[in-house]
Amino acid sequence: MSDTVAVVLLLALTAYAVLGGADFGAGFWDLIAGGPERGARPRELIEHSIGPVWEANHVWLIFIFVVSWTAFPEAYASIMLTLFVPLTLAALGIVLRGASFAFRKSVVTLRSRRGFGAAFAASSVLVPYCMGAVAGGIASGRVPAGGQAGDPVDSWLNPTSLVTGLLALTAVAYLAAVYLVWEARGDDDAELTEYFRRRAVVSAVVVAVVGVVGLVVLHGDAPYVFDGITGRALPVVVLGFLCGTGALVLLARDATRGARALAVLAVAGLVVAWGVAQWPYLLPETLTVSSAAAPSGTLQALFVTIGLALVIVLPGFLLLFALAQKRLLPGEGVPDVADRTMHGSAD
Amino acid sequence: MSTAVQVVGLIADVDPVPWARSQMAFTLAFHIILVPLGVSWAFLTLIANYRALRHDDADALLLAQRWSKYMAVTFAVGAVTGTVLSFEFGLLWPRFMGRWGEAFGVPFAFEGIFFFTEAIFVAIYLYGWRRMRPWAHFWTGVPIVLAGIFGTMSVVAANAWMNAPSGFTLDSSGDVVSVDPVEVIFNDAMPLETAHMLVAAYLVGGFLIASVYATGMLRGRTDHYHRLAFTIAFTVAAIATPIQMGVGDALARWVYDEQPVKFAAIELVPQTSSDVPETLLGHLNSDGSVTGGIPIPGLASWLSDPGTGTSTVVQGLDSVPASERPTEQEANVVHLAWDVMVGLGTLLFLLSLWYGLSWAVRRRAPGNRVFLVLAACSGVLAVVTMESGWVVTEVGRQPWIVYEYMKVENAATANTGVWITFIAVVLLYLALGVTAIQVLRGMSRRFRRAGGFHEVDGPYAPSEPPRGEPDEETVR
Repeated sequence: MSDTVAVVLLLALTAYAVLGGADFGAGFWDLIAGGPERGARPRELIEHSIGPVWEANHVWLIFIFVVSWTAFPEAYASIMLTLFVPLTLAALGIVLRGASFAFRKSVVTLRSRRGFGAAFAASSVLVPYCMGAVAGGIASGRVPAGGQAGDPVDSWLNPTSLVTGLLALTAVAYLAAVYLVWEARGDDDAELTEYFRRRAVVSAVVVAVVGVVGLVVLHGDAPYVFDGITGRALPVVVLGFLCGTGALVLLARDATRGARALAVLAVAGLVVAWGVAQWPYLLPETLTVSSAAAPSGTLQALFVTIGLALVIVLPGFLLLFALAQKRLLPGEGVPDVADRTMHGSAD
Repeated sequence: MSTAVQVVGLIADVDPVPWARSQMAFTLAFHIILVPLGVSWAFLTLIANYRALRHDDADALLLAQRWSKYMAVTFAVGAVTGTVLSFEFGLLWPRFMGRWGEAFGVPFAFEGIFFFTEAIFVAIYLYGWRRMRPWAHFWTGVPIVLAGIFGTMSVVAANAWMNAPSGFTLDSSGDVVSVDPVEVIFNDAMPLETAHMLVAAYLVGGFLIASVYATGMLRGRTDHYHRLAFTIAFTVAAIATPIQMGVGDALARWVYDEQPVKFAAIELVPQTSSDVPETLLGHLNSDGSVTGGIPIPGLASWLSDPGTGTSTVVQGLDSVPASERPTEQEANVVHLAWDVMVGLGTLLFLLSLWYGLSWAVRRRAPGNRVFLVLAACSGVLAVVTMESGWVVTEVGRQPWIVYEYMKVENAATANTGVWITFIAVVLLYLALGVTAIQVLRGMSRRFRRAGGFHEVDGPYAPSEPPRGEPDEETVR
């Protein structure tokens, strides 16, 4: 029973990576888009593509936390105690990001726009890095079992965390670039399509390089997960790699469809491969999923919530997703009479 | 060099417990202001939407559209502060979560589902104005209201469980070995506490939104649009207020029965006795005496159980050892917060009564300036009332985090750097608060500049092709 909960947790993590991750990745492209004039157009597309979802993707993260502390309280306590620093940075980064993104939209002067834009972009980079570093700390067995604190520094400043942090950052940047190609193409904007297509291709290669370096690091620093990746999780890794390669070929050829789905599968493959590689451990080599699990009554309650999610949340989510895919969601809901006046006077 | 060592030593010596408490209190106090808007605004919007469709009222339609946009902003800010809270449970209280997560987490798991549902339907409702048939669109707003209600009940059920922990068995070392999720959720404190917060959400949300339009009316914006907005919001709040007094009274009696020490702090009762006076304001001293304030003889006893009247015995703070009850300072905070809650709640009740009588007698809202000034203040007053009530329940439970099972000091993190995160959180939240208000005000100014006239092609007009709507694109 605890296995099922762990699988649900991994799926939620994957969903957060591919849906929420792209929001962060878009912030990365915002950060390196260059000066106010050169970067104006890509920034505009980024702002417009993030607009409708804004911070709502954090529901995945909240769900992940809630399931973790309910189903695996002891492991959750260990993780939060040990990885206090990167998790705090991630939390602060999420607030900074939300506030500065909204602020940038509402302020008018270029100078303050740049200030808040920088805060938005920098925090967008900080958060995925920290999340990746947390994953690295867990994967390399630096979080002890028993609701205890491990090393507060080495647990996230270590070779594995460095490489998983970078992997998270590059993977979300890659995803965002692929999504933005699609957005720009939807706007019939050939110039921006090309702009993000080139970046998607380059970042795909960077992800692959970081991934290979990561394998070398894992070999020395996190042997259990390395063995898992080259053993049990190998099919997932190969599948993810094939999807990534496929996406890269399609992007390089400037194909209009297919690249986005393959890119999502490639990034999902990364997260799933990590989960499969450290199976059956929640905290590698000290705490297994089944021994970390809460009493059966709690797990049954979680099953009920998962059932509710399938019945209530999933159909709504699919509807929303379908509307978004058909580009039926206008950026700010129904245009208000006020917007129309603004438009008139702005012209 | 030695100063650097000293500084490091100072940082290492800072006790995390008071800082963790302050940070949790601060972030919750902030989040709780957004909660009523998230829970009740959708309901108010649907009233306007219903009126628009039923009575073909163009102002009501415009109002519903704009409210749905404001609502989306407050929802997004609430999502951010809610995310931070979910981090904080672990970062600040890891030992609490580690030991009790399997029980305490159950209601939160349900809350997660409702929050998810709410987020999805907020998006569908917000973006569905132009794309869906009017009544179908109206119905996509209903799940937001329901998810808000059930979500509130779930979260408050978790808090109620901290007041009345049940639904688990412990082994000899104090670890939870089995959990009965139904009993965890439907613990003894749950029915009244959830009712109290749910009604509070409608009360505070209603007054808060009404106060904005009351301010507008004071500035001379008394057109149909503003009056409609005020009437919808204030009516909901005015209906919620008397209900809240009844629920609050029942809850106070529950506290008298089940959490006598909290009740002693509320009523400032140092020693167990009968014929206990109801002291308005006043101060508990370290020697156990109460000075100042206005004592009303016997009233606290009488209110606790009117059946036995003034001879009702009220348990005092000294009925438990000092280590198991709030300190004098905390008791004074609880008592003051209680007085503020009851005092302001009564004021809001009188205001609601005035409004109700005016409708009953003259078939319209009171139009004079005094009423409007009070109504314009009602939003802030309602928020202060709610915050006070929350202080009563949280500080009144001290020193326990899980009543009679775990103390706060044993639940907190041992990380000594919490004071740094506290400062960072306060600064960031101030920025977030300013942002949110700026955004809302900016929207309001934009809407107002446009005046009261309406679009030629309404939101329910036949949908145009999604491409090529320049007016939507240039707004950004």
